[in-house]
Amino acid sequence: MKTFNKGGVHPQENKLSNDSAIEVFPLPKQAVVFVSQHLGAPSTMVVQKGDKVKAGQLIAKAEQFICANTHSPYSGTITKIDLATDFTGYKKPAVYIDVEGDEWMEDIDTSNDIVRDIKLDSAQIIDKIKEMGIVGLGGAAFPTHIKYMLPQGKKADYLIINAVECEPYLTSDYRLMKEKAEECLIGIEILKKALNVDKALVGIEANKPDAIEGFTQLSKNYKEIEIVPLKTKYPQGAEKQLIYALTKRQVPSGKLPIEVGCVVNNIGTAQAVYSAVQKNMPLVQNILTLTGKNVKQRKNLLVRVGTPLQSVIDYCGGLPEDTGKIISGGPMMGKAISDLSAPTVKTTSALLLMSKKESSRKEETNCLRCGKCVKVCPMGLEPIKIAQLAENRLWKDAEKAYAMDCIECGSCHFTCPAGRPLLDLMRVSKNHIGDLRRQKAQR
Amino acid sequence: MALLTVSGSPHVQSNQTTKKIMWTVIIALLPALLVSIYYFGLDALMVTLTSVVFCVGFEWLIQKFILKTKTTIGDGSAIITGILLAFNLPANIPLWIVGIGALVAIGVAKMSYGGLGKNPFNPALVGRVFLFISFPSKVAMSEWPLPKPLFSSSVSDALTGPTPLLAMKNGQAVDLWNMFIGATGGSLGEVSAIALIIGGLIMLFRKVITWHIPVSFLTTAGVFGLILWLINPNEFIHPAYQLLAGGMMLGAIFMATDMVTSPVTYKGQLLFGFGCGVLTIIFRSFGPMPEGVSFAILIMNAVTPLIDKAFKPKPFGY
Ligand code: SF4
Ligand code: SF4
Repeated sequence: MKTFNKGGVHPQENKLSNDSAIEVFPLPKQAVVFVSQHLGAPSTMVVQKGDKVKAGQLIAKAEQFICANTHSPYSGTITKIDLATDFTGYKKPAVYIDVEGDEWMEDIDTSNDIVRDIKLDSAQIIDKIKEMGIVGLGGAAFPTHIKYMLPQGKKADYLIINAVECEPYLTSDYRLMKEKAEECLIGIEILKKALNVDKALVGIEANKPDAIEGFTQLSKNYKEIEIVPLKTKYPQGAEKQLIYALTKRQVPSGKLPIEVGCVVNNIGTAQAVYSAVQKNMPLVQNILTLTGKNVKQRKNLLVRVGTPLQSVIDYCGGLPEDTGKIISGGPMMGKAISDLSAPTVKTTSALLLMSKKESSRKEETNCLRCGKCVKVCPMGLEPIKIAQLAENRLWKDAEKAYAMDCIECGSCHFTCPAGRPLLDLMRVSKNHIGDLRRQKAQR
Repeated sequence: MALLTVSGSPHVQSNQTTKKIMWTVIIALLPALLVSIYYFGLDALMVTLTSVVFCVGFEWLIQKFILKTKTTIGDGSAIITGILLAFNLPANIPLWIVGIGALVAIGVAKMSYGGLGKNPFNPALVGRVFLFISFPSKVAMSEWPLPKPLFSSSVSDALTGPTPLLAMKNGQAVDLWNMFIGATGGSLGEVSAIALIIGGLIMLFRKVITWHIPVSFLTTAGVFGLILWLINPNEFIHPAYQLLAGGMMLGAIFMATDMVTSPVTYKGQLLFGFGCGVLTIIFRSFGPMPEGVSFAILIMNAVTPLIDKAFKPKPFGY
């Protein structure tokens, strides 16, 4: 079975919510929608306090290059435009909406009918993706249309679809693949057309045999969409590792996938593209897995963007007694949440509730030189060495030890028997090296 | 509302810990300890206990009164050093000498470098070599207590005799099977190949060591020994004896695999094992002493930083 070439770990899979079908989460009474929910320049607000909006109406516009539109997920009245706290505690501009009914813009097809015919051409598709505010749902929230506007002289050979879902606990992509397989495949077909490539490769981890089976059956109706089962190993879904597993091509250090003729999108993004292009549906909702060992009702929920996190937790039986940490995303790469009053954003794909015990770090000792961190690093780095350099604040040497190539997958940190905070030290190194590079560029 | 922890990813860690690794090694050492008690009687146990108590004690004292840092004796690594040091000594050694060995192993070879993980040389081996140089008559590599049935009071006044290696050097016959099970003369933990191999398998199974160092060490020693033996069977000993005699198994399975003092990559470990194998056979065959495992490993310990430099992994995307 195909897989990446270096390192990797096997954290416990804990896909506890695999069997819960996607449920539609009830509309909140009040919602907070961040104006910018993507990686890049901020969007420009186009609504005012007191405005009545419909679901799907534009509230912030992308006026710069790497930027994305934001739409209202609700019909109702804008009561306030102010800073709101996101789940990491940052304050960002947001629109507060009193939700009234559920009235959509007229040109949006909210039915469940599947539209198979792709009428738009490549340029129109890319425009549509941009208009509908689609961002990468794998976690990075990079505006999707940018990836399809290839730089001069670059040509893509493959569209690569990341349906790996290698993070423990997460099941939203899996449920999507099971319940909306055809929409996903049409979305892939659309992206192929946008990119002008003949072939799409869909990587799925072997721990999802029924998704592989279902996709393989359905893909026979399409030309050149190949479903590739991949070994269950973390981080199979990391971009460079996935490209290697599927094509044996190595993205050079510091370069983008297009350098080796690939464009990568997540399976969730493909489905969002289907909705955008075929149904005129902007990105205003997404599937969120609420899970954790002590959670009473683990669920996969279709939530509108802007839903308060607390209400999602309450819906699933409330916060378990001994919760010690809440993660947005998976346990390997997700971010710890500091504020439950924050709303969901386009990329909130999971809330993971961990007990105090599960989330406490193991006791730290001196490094044993066991070499495990070196052996598991998918980027072929020496975390033990970079960590030592970081502790001695030798940033230049850390740079020479390829610290900037770290993809922050956490495999080293996960593995270290001595409980060394390896990824913390990697991040510190990367920040300092980044500062040094910027200073140099300014001079 | 409960207080939430906020920290960087990853939010889960493997269940392997320093403590677990060390205790696995201790458990893996038990079969060999039991065999040595069986053959050398309670003296073997006394030497081992003394060594462990002194090693742990010195680590605690040094941290408490000299370094003034938190004690780390709970991680079990001092216990391992204690057992390994004892395993390298004869069962009839005076206990005060064991104490000196422990002081050198823990005080000089481990704590002076900053404790666990920072020492370049295997502490138990340093202790052993120090004793060997300082008290050659007591830790000599020629006369060792011969095995006696269990619980026959003490072996201190038991017959001593040559180790198989010396016997062979002198052209005497030794029994391979006895060497395999441990019914032979030698330092107390090294005699039973089978017990040491069982220990090695325990560590391998629990992923505390990988096969690379022991296999490359033993294969190299076997092949090199075979070549010499083919060249001149009268001058050099049979490779099977090379592998089973003396500290070979103990060294290859427990001493050379010490993660702190061996290379971190697989390729580096293969070279490390190769070096240990070659040096051991050279020392044994051409040196003045019948044994060479300790020196071979210590020399390779010294080369480890170089090996690590030479066998860096190749980063992805270059
Ligand atoms: S976090 Fe960075 S250094 Fe650690 S294993 Fe992943 S890529 Fe390697
Ligand atoms: S995994 Fe931890 S203990 Fe092992 S070499 Fe790396 S940093 Fe050291």
